[in-house]
Amino acid sequence: MSYTIQFINLLAAILLLIVFAMLSQRRILSLINLFAWQGLVLTVSTFVVAYSTGQHHLYYSAALTLLLKVLVLPWLLHRLIRKLNVRWDVETLINIPTTMLVGIALVIFAFNLAAPISQLAEGITRGLIGIALASVLLSLLMMLTRRKAISQVVGFLAMENGLFFAATSATHGMPLVVELGIALDVLVATFIFGIFFFQIRETFDSLDITHMEKLKDD
Amino acid sequence: MRSLANLQGGEKTTRMDIVGVLPLDVAGALIVLWLVLGLLGLALQGSPRFITNAIFPAGALVSLALAATGLWALGEGAGVVVLPLGLPDLPLHLRLDPLSAFFLILLGGASFGVSLFSAGYFRTMAGNTLGLLCLEYHLFLAGMALVLLADDAYMFMVAWETMALSSYFLVTTDHHVPDIRKAGFLYLLIAHVGAIAILLGFGVMQGGHGIGAYTFDAMRAAHLTPFWSSVAFLLALFGFGAKAGVLPLHVWLPEAHPAAPSPVSALMSGIMLKTAIYGMLRVTFDLLDAQQWWWGVLALALGLLTAVFGVMFAAVQGDMKRLLAYSSIENIGLLLVGIGLTIIFHAYGKEALAALSLTATLYHSLNHAFFKSLLFIGTGSILHATGERNMGRLGGLIHRMPWAAMLMLVGVLSIAGLPPFNGFVSEWLLLQAFLLSPGLPNSYINMLIPVAAAVIALAAALAAYVMVKFYGIIFLGQPREQALEHAHDAGRWERIGLGWLALGCVALGLAPVFVIQQLDRVTQMLVGQGLGNAAGGWLFLTPVDTERASYSPVFFLLAVLGVMLVTILTVHRFYHGRLRRGPAWDCGFPAQTARMQDTAEGFGQPIRRIFEPFFKIENELPTAFDTHPRYHGRSDDRIWLSLYLPIKRITEKLSSWVSLLQHGRIHLYLSYTFVTLVVLLAFM
Repeated sequence: MSYTIQFINLLAAILLLIVFAMLSQRRILSLINLFAWQGLVLTVSTFVVAYSTGQHHLYYSAALTLLLKVLVLPWLLHRLIRKLNVRWDVETLINIPTTMLVGIALVIFAFNLAAPISQLAEGITRGLIGIALASVLLSLLMMLTRRKAISQVVGFLAMENGLFFAATSATHGMPLVVELGIALDVLVATFIFGIFFFQIRETFDSLDITHMEKLKDD
Repeated sequence: MRSLANLQGGEKTTRMDIVGVLPLDVAGALIVLWLVLGLLGLALQGSPRFITNAIFPAGALVSLALAATGLWALGEGAGVVVLPLGLPDLPLHLRLDPLSAFFLILLGGASFGVSLFSAGYFRTMAGNTLGLLCLEYHLFLAGMALVLLADDAYMFMVAWETMALSSYFLVTTDHHVPDIRKAGFLYLLIAHVGAIAILLGFGVMQGGHGIGAYTFDAMRAAHLTPFWSSVAFLLALFGFGAKAGVLPLHVWLPEAHPAAPSPVSALMSGIMLKTAIYGMLRVTFDLLDAQQWWWGVLALALGLLTAVFGVMFAAVQGDMKRLLAYSSIENIGLLLVGIGLTIIFHAYGKEALAALSLTATLYHSLNHAFFKSLLFIGTGSILHATGERNMGRLGGLIHRMPWAAMLMLVGVLSIAGLPPFNGFVSEWLLLQAFLLSPGLPNSYINMLIPVAAAVIALAAALAAYVMVKFYGIIFLGQPREQALEHAHDAGRWERIGLGWLALGCVALGLAPVFVIQQLDRVTQMLVGQGLGNAAGGWLFLTPVDTERASYSPVFFLLAVLGVMLVTILTVHRFYHGRLRRGPAWDCGFPAQTARMQDTAEGFGQPIRRIFEPFFKIENELPTAFDTHPRYHGRSDDRIWLSLYLPIKRITEKLSSWVSLLQHGRIHLYLSYTFVTLVVLLAFM
């Protein structure tokens, strides 16, 4: 039992590390790969939780995560950037070291917040809630600081990953219906974003969302 | 669905044992049939001929079957069905009781005529528009029927919104015209403000007992404090008033009715406004367990204002469909007066009088559905024949369109409240209810009611005046434009539709005793007493007793015909052979043209002068030296200026403040989210 707890804690740490890596990454291609890795970590952790608690529906969740977040979504995103021909996120709005510092502050904030909740939680989930919350906030921060629309989508998806991690590790998963619903939502959202990318590029000849300021009516 | 039909425990229900089918099952099946017909129309948009010649008549037959089902259900008790659809813990409930049944008859009876008329009217429409219109049309009918059958708040709101949205799309059929889009938006806006009020009203009646309490049965069983039941009543009055066009929420009516195609105007004015009346009756007398007398006074006062306002504005309109729309506002006012009177009588325990005024209200709803639909589709025929809605460019159509003219004459006489047509019966009953009111224990109300009766009489008289104007300007005299020489009469389908509704007006006028016997089942349900027919037999309608007043339309008709016959015979007897035809006297001025006839503006002028303070009048008069003298007059609604424009300005101001947040930068929007999240996490 203690091994599984150790293992999950390790996975949580890796998850946080990946989020930081995403935050500092300038290349969109690697961003997507990191996202796929994050999905894989999530799959493993869900699998381990399923194994250790004996909840069968979590196996389905794990399979679903593997399929959707490790295979389908990264593939879709790869296809998108090939079609749109964007490899680089030229510049971030705030430079990367500052972002990292803000990120660290956020992690401390998240752990602080999660401390009282962790007290209540059962053995397996100690400390995980803080990490999950931190990765949600960090992903949101990534959406804030990026210029290109695709990296914002990756931020959005990573945020969902953080939520999913919190759900599986802290409460042994949501009901399968809810998970299926969310998974479908994410898939659909990605499709819609894809369509929007084409529209944005059609309209502005670029994927830089700062151009969208022009859409405001005066 | 059949297997799910479970009868409510306490109520007596007789089944048709041989078939084992309940009226509610049939009604449900017919509604589904409407939906299927609508979808079929959409699928077959490649063959417009099929849609007009087959689908609309089939829809009309469904209407007729629905009316028959309603008549059948009126004799049975209440039937209840719980559908296996809907929200978790709140499946959809349907119920068919006498009140719903009565309004189903109204819906089916009037829409039968309108659908037949539509079969001819939409003939010239392009296939893809027609397919869409066919779907929206039948969806609209199905929505209205489901409103009547709904037995829980969720089902009711879904049906209510279906009705509102489908009618919005029907109103904006000609959406390339900016004015029509504007009218549609106004309609949608007020419909939704009303829907929110209704929803809140259901929330109040539900009383915070969880989702299961949203069924109407739970609301019937709930006992609200006087304060909360008043809140529920006021919300319902506001919400249904917005749909019905009660002052000051009437502004959408005169915009949306002229914008919509004529059969749609007919459905909206004839039937949809009645669903609001149905809602008021359902909430006030069925769902709320105790009524308070001041609700009735409020409804009465609002109704009187609405009636007089509507008829006043109808008198000064130059557009024939706007005129009819204002006349609908007037009739809704009369219905609201009837409801108000019923509440007052019921609250004071005068059940016989409550039954009388409720009967008058229901009867007038039915009558209005028939004659207003008739007149609206009639304007459709005129519009098709001449392309003109402005009465100032019509005239003399009785020669070119004899069918439409004769059938619309029936509608005009009915709406003007002349015996032996149907409008007279209900207005007479309403006035009877007023005249019998002394004896209420509240002296203020006793003083108010004679005044109210006088106002009703004024509105009825002005309505007759309006109809003289409407018919006289359009059909009588000489054509005011050259193009009118080529106007063609209503087509075959159109004649059938007009004929059915005219027949309805005559039948409802000639057989009041039979109608009231049927209505008794509804009044029994709502106020616990029927009108019966005090010793009048089948020939005489005597609402109270023979000493006070009785009315026999058949005798009246026979007397009128007899007098006419005697006159004709006398004329023939004494003047026979002395017939001489010559030119009409031209007042010594031989150069007369059609433009010298009285105009719509001219006819409305006295009303405009008398009620001048109520209008905002804009006149543009020619001077004596103009080579091309032009006269232009406009009477606007003061309520629009003094109530709606300030609301609009405030809304614009507020939204301009809100738009300060809008920068067009996604990062900024995301940081709003981020900051909100962090603040909430840190401080909650």
